[in-house]
Amino acid sequence: MRFMVITKATAASEAGEPPTTEDFETIGAFIQELVDAGVLLAADGLQPSAEGARIYFDGGKTTVVDGPFTETKELIAGYYLVETKSLEECVEWFRRYPIRQAGGAPANLEIRRVFQAEDFGEEFTAEQRDAVQRREATVAGN
Amino acid sequence: MPTDTHRAIEAVWRIEAPRLIAGLARLVRDVGVAEELAQDALVAALEQWPAEGVPDNPGAWLTTTARRRAIDRIRREQTFRRKVEEAGRELEESSPDIGALVAEDDGIGDDLLRLVFVACHPVLPTPARTALTLRLLGGLTTDEIARAFLVPEPTVAQRIVRAKRTLAQARVPFEVPRGAELTARLSSVLEVVYLIFNEGYAATAGDDWMRPELCADALRLGRVLARLAPREPEVHGLVALMEIQASRTAARTGPGGEPILLAEQNRARWDQLLIRRGLAALRRAEDLIEGDPGPYVLQAAIAAGHARARRFADTDWVRIARLYEHLARVAPSPVVELNRAVALSMAYGPEAGLALLDQLTAFPVLRDYHLLPSVRGDLLAQLGRHAEARAEFVRAAALTRNERERTLLLARAAAPPEPAPGHP
Repeated sequence: MRFMVITKATAASEAGEPPTTEDFETIGAFIQELVDAGVLLAADGLQPSAEGARIYFDGGKTTVVDGPFTETKELIAGYYLVETKSLEECVEWFRRYPIRQAGGAPANLEIRRVFQAEDFGEEFTAEQRDAVQRREATVAGN
Repeated sequence: MPTDTHRAIEAVWRIEAPRLIAGLARLVRDVGVAEELAQDALVAALEQWPAEGVPDNPGAWLTTTARRRAIDRIRREQTFRRKVEEAGRELEESSPDIGALVAEDDGIGDDLLRLVFVACHPVLPTPARTALTLRLLGGLTTDEIARAFLVPEPTVAQRIVRAKRTLAQARVPFEVPRGAELTARLSSVLEVVYLIFNEGYAATAGDDWMRPELCADALRLGRVLARLAPREPEVHGLVALMEIQASRTAARTGPGGEPILLAEQNRARWDQLLIRRGLAALRRAEDLIEGDPGPYVLQAAIAAGHARARRFADTDWVRIARLYEHLARVAPSPVVELNRAVALSMAYGPEAGLALLDQLTAFPVLRDYHLLPSVRGDLLAQLGRHAEARAEFVRAAALTRNERERTLLLARAAAPPEPAPGHP
């Protein structure tokens, strides 16, 4: 099963402060463990939302809004893509995530399962394919 | 017992079992005993964690528990040996170093690599090697292995028990082979991993989900191996081959589970992440090669040739035919020759492929192999030799064990001749 583990933004990450040397080493060791175990497929950290933009679709109207965005805790700051046997295994790996917020402030990692071929398989009928296309059309605002 | 804790323990086991067993095997110098000690620690966890909760560092908890039992066991044996010595007997084998218990997990990677080589030791029959590898290094239960290989659970359990006994009786040392032996032993390891992968790849729609899951197990083992033996090009070659083959999973069967040939696959459904990982692994392999590439690197290069082609028509068949020629020299096999014939026909036209196929009919292994007449029929039809083509399709239909394929072949045998596109 493939999972995306999403890390959330902090005031520091949104301010564009690079991680401390210590944090860099700690996280490096953790990533190394994931790689050594053959679990990690990909991982990236994201620049502050000030470097990004959002595109809003509303009816026929398309609006582009440049960052930064204010709701820091809801922003994505990075992701890990892993392949594990189960959600529990993914949870067990990331319970070991070594970085904590300064001053012990609350934080969270979000774990989401990635859709894969076997999730459709035989059940993925022509009608469902149409439904997906309809959904995609909805997302595109048509 | 709360199911949540039980599942958390299973997950911890999956993560920790290989390192735990490898570390213990270094202490007790017996993979079977190490596995039993690890199992004892797991049982202790199953007893204590549901009540006390999963500890913050579950790996350390398991290691400490298992090591304590290992020490008890070694002490018992040493006491026994002393008594034997006192009785005036000679003690030939050296006792395990109890001082090593004090040393922490230094060189756990080396222990894992030793464990891989022992689990895939040539003294064991192949089914035992695969079962032991999945059990010790994949963290699978005997039940999971049994379901994946479509055999009864007691059969797998017995295979593992026998394998452990064989290893102990043969006094297989817990070490990484050196020098000339390394190449042969490494190829045994790679063979086991690729065998596990192919077992999963051959699974069909109705099968237990444990079967296709074997592909993921093999890939994980391969990636681990690439970290343990980073200087071995063939290890990276095997990883590349598996990553690229796994990238086609979504495209290689239709909605009803019927196989879809490479030529007809919807390449938009290929997993680009796995392709990128595969191509990167292949580059690592090629950077390490001194002299001739081995069979896994060559097969990976062929798979990469397909992965790079956005459409089937874009395939560089000249290059692929050359790679097959190389592969046929390094790892000669009639099936490789058959593939080479197809590549030659795609690169240079049906006559080129047919010329090679006609030499292959001499191989006894291929006499009952349905793909030989099937491919031959295909090439003959392209050349307009329809009567001969029909005869080949009928022969292929009689040889195949796949019902769907038989229907298809008989339909081709019955079809009126049509001009072959591209080969007027």
